[in-house]
Amino acid sequence: MSGLPATKQAAAPVYLTASRARWRQFRLQWHVLSRNTLQKIAIVYIALLVLVAITAPYIAPHPESIKGTASAEEVLKAPSWHHLFGTDEFGRDIFSRVLYGARISLVASVITVFLSVTIGCIVGVVAAGMRGIIDDIIMRICDIFLSFPMIVLAIVIAAFWGSGLRNAVIALAITGWPFYARLIRGSAVSVRERPYVKAAHSIGASQRSVIFRHILPGSIGPVLTMASLDLGSIVLMLAAMSFLGVGAQPPLPEWGLMINQSRTYFLSAWWYMAFPGIAISLTVLAFNLLGDGLNEVLSPRTRGRA
Amino acid sequence: MATNDHLRIRDLSVGFKTFQHFEPVLDVWELHIEHGEAYGLVGESGAGKTVLALAILGLLRQPPARVTAAELTLEGEPLLAKSARELRELRGRRISMIFQDPMSALDPAFNVGNQLTEVIHQREGLDKSEAGARALELMRLVELPDPEMMLNKYPHQLSGGQRQRVIIALALACGAQLLIADEPTRNLDVTVQASVLKTIYKLRQELGVSLLFIANNLSLVSTMCDRVGILSKGRIVETGLVRDVVRTPLHPYTLDLLHAVPRREERLGDENQKVFAEVDSTISRCGHYARCDARGPACEGQDVLPLTFVSATHGVACPQVTASLAVYPAAASPTEAREELPTTPAGTGGGD
Amino acid sequence: MGRFLVRRLGLSVLVLFGVLVIMFAVMHVAPVDPVTQYAGIRATPEQRVEAETTLGLDKPLVVQIGIYIKNFFSGDWGVSLMTKRAVLGDIGQTLPYTLELIFFSVILMTLIGIPLGVISANKKDRLPDHASRILAVGLISIPTFWLALALIDIFSNSLHLLPLSGAFSTTVGLLHPVTKITGFPVIDALVTGNFTAFWDHIVHLVLPVIAMTGIALGGTQRITRAAMVETLTEEYVTAKRSYGLPERSVLYRHALKNSVGPVITSTAIYVAQMIVSTFLIEEIFSWPRVGQYVATGVSKLDYPVIMGVTLVSAVAFLILNTFADIMLAIDPRVRIS
Repeated sequence: MSGLPATKQAAAPVYLTASRARWRQFRLQWHVLSRNTLQKIAIVYIALLVLVAITAPYIAPHPESIKGTASAEEVLKAPSWHHLFGTDEFGRDIFSRVLYGARISLVASVITVFLSVTIGCIVGVVAAGMRGIIDDIIMRICDIFLSFPMIVLAIVIAAFWGSGLRNAVIALAITGWPFYARLIRGSAVSVRERPYVKAAHSIGASQRSVIFRHILPGSIGPVLTMASLDLGSIVLMLAAMSFLGVGAQPPLPEWGLMINQSRTYFLSAWWYMAFPGIAISLTVLAFNLLGDGLNEVLSPRTRGRA
Repeated sequence: MATNDHLRIRDLSVGFKTFQHFEPVLDVWELHIEHGEAYGLVGESGAGKTVLALAILGLLRQPPARVTAAELTLEGEPLLAKSARELRELRGRRISMIFQDPMSALDPAFNVGNQLTEVIHQREGLDKSEAGARALELMRLVELPDPEMMLNKYPHQLSGGQRQRVIIALALACGAQLLIADEPTRNLDVTVQASVLKTIYKLRQELGVSLLFIANNLSLVSTMCDRVGILSKGRIVETGLVRDVVRTPLHPYTLDLLHAVPRREERLGDENQKVFAEVDSTISRCGHYARCDARGPACEGQDVLPLTFVSATHGVACPQVTASLAVYPAAASPTEAREELPTTPAGTGGGD
Repeated sequence: MGRFLVRRLGLSVLVLFGVLVIMFAVMHVAPVDPVTQYAGIRATPEQRVEAETTLGLDKPLVVQIGIYIKNFFSGDWGVSLMTKRAVLGDIGQTLPYTLELIFFSVILMTLIGIPLGVISANKKDRLPDHASRILAVGLISIPTFWLALALIDIFSNSLHLLPLSGAFSTTVGLLHPVTKITGFPVIDALVTGNFTAFWDHIVHLVLPVIAMTGIALGGTQRITRAAMVETLTEEYVTAKRSYGLPERSVLYRHALKNSVGPVITSTAIYVAQMIVSTFLIEEIFSWPRVGQYVATGVSKLDYPVIMGVTLVSAVAFLILNTFADIMLAIDPRVRIS
């Protein structure tokens, strides 16, 4: 119950940019996001993961295991203090390999998502800006891409252009950008019509400032959510592609590849298959929780309703 | 306050727990409705009218809401103590609600007949054909044109007024004796408003139901109701018979409401416009403090602000008024007493 | 409504063309030489020329695209480089088994996922909600192939409860073979009264179906919850409650019916994803033929096979999406707009 401003003199118009309104919102949203225990755990896990990814070669107990063979007599040993996750068919320490795999998965997925989002944003903004027929054509192209199940297209591309982690990343980025292009274009189009943008135009704001101070911040929300959810999916798809043989190639310690290699021995060496799988699941889980939290925070209706 | 009250509320508090704090929304000192009576509740948007309606029906989710009351009884039965199942029993059968926005209060996926017969069938146990007959009966009762055709229509195919009548029919479907009408004509065109209101009036005559009529318009309420309560920022600041409150309003807010209707003699732009200076309203628990031109030291403080009754039916929650009444007990009428208010009343100071 | 249908189907056909063009483009930008693939590394120049002609690579690009599209529609999807049999035929043989898997998975996922989502939405932010959500998110985070392997490890190896692989156990397959009527073992066995085979087949279905459902279940729960949470904020939900209708009615008859749109769309998407993961799962469970076929095709880079499988997925995906869009259009409100 605050006091009301004097109405006799008109108060100076407050230039309510999208950015300013969003900053106010942001503080509340951060509060909401960080309150939820589950999200907090997810954030901690991801932070941990990033840490591991950066320091993997240094903290791994058996760094030689990462690429090369260790020792022949340590082959397929069960988990022990010496080898926390056991060893694989070459005697390599699985724990070290899993740690290094974090680096691979994280870097690969971040690059992929970054590429997809960047290309998608550019295309989407162009489409929204150009309107008319160019907009239509671009959207049809996106539709066509989106009518493929993403991983199938990625596998196809990787299969034809040669396997390997690099091509897998490129393939996934190629299959992924149309989604973001559509998303951004949709956002941009709706924000374009909003009153505060029209208001900005009406008081003579330049086209560029309108785009950057109003349209872009307004459309970014859903993109951020999807991007963080996407990180999880990309990790999964990368693992699947490696599992099939079109992604990472041996001797890279990519989690999906490790699971594939474990198949021959899975009747006797359960640890070989278990730990990489758990690693993938936990990582994707964390990304999904983060994305979920962002989603709730950025979506207006589901907050604190009676 | 006789014991044949249909609805009795004393000291009802409703608040919502948000992420950071607890927000009190309603603080109703006293409200009662006698059998067959129409009580009008007037207040601005955000004053808490719909919240009150939902609280009575038990439709507020208890976290995040919190509802407490010294008394909340329907024909003598306390409502807050009831279990979810018991509440479900009496909703529709004994007390029901007419919603404000007919478009959003109807399920868009089912046709009108379906929605009526569903309620009838579920609550009264009639079989399909009997329920259908009763539905037609109800539609005629609320004066819907061409009921047989209406049965198969979907909400989006009806006009606003027709939808509202369907809502009324739904509220009546199980024979509730206490109706809560939450701004039933708010979203309708003016001419349609009049027609729907006439229907409600007629229904009251025919069925003898008690009515809690919620509106933001005092003149509307005064035509439809016997008694009225003025709700400001969650608190009932004045209550009484309609003619008493309209002819001799006691609370400054009531005066504002009455003055808000431009009269032919006045012209907008005359200096009757209010100037709101910056006021720290946290020093008073009275919601009207910031906008009141009769502010005084008696208004400060956070203790309870009760309704003080100056007659059997007319009550007001304003420390200044009660103070002035204490200081000028011989005033001819409460309104006169108010007009003679000094800015710093000597003497008792403080309503209670 | 009719006009909408026509427009939507027309759009699908257009997209299909686009899909084919893209496939073609991918194929031809490939740095790998299909001629070598076909004729082998040690082919003589004459054999290579012959291969070229057979593959039609000597004709101009536009003509090649034309031939490709024509072939697609006439059912000639090329010949597998390994099995030397028509790709379409190979895929067609194995489809019923795949469809069985998908069918049961969809049923399971709907029957479990939707109620979980409804409960979650109704009891939002309380214990049942948190539990369901963690379960759902957990499920969709697990890689399908790993889940399948883990299930096998636990239930087959350790507990010896369920069979390891195949659609039938060998003994049953030999002693009680199922006569082929529709091609769907479940139906055929039931219809011919072959209950041993029927039961055996069901038992063999359990693990693969659970593996497939697991992931999609999480998705269904989430989308149902999201849609329901939105719907539950609508006024008519409160209104129905105010008439004293039982909670079950309010939730399932009113709220759910109005939330069902996004659920259907995403179910279509999940089914499409199932088609993809089906290949993986079938391979892991040694389910008749498709899995093996595809996985080998991918790893050995058998292009016609890859193309064929991709086309099947894309077409199925397209059909499902169109279906979902049409279902959405049936909603009376969408029809008006």
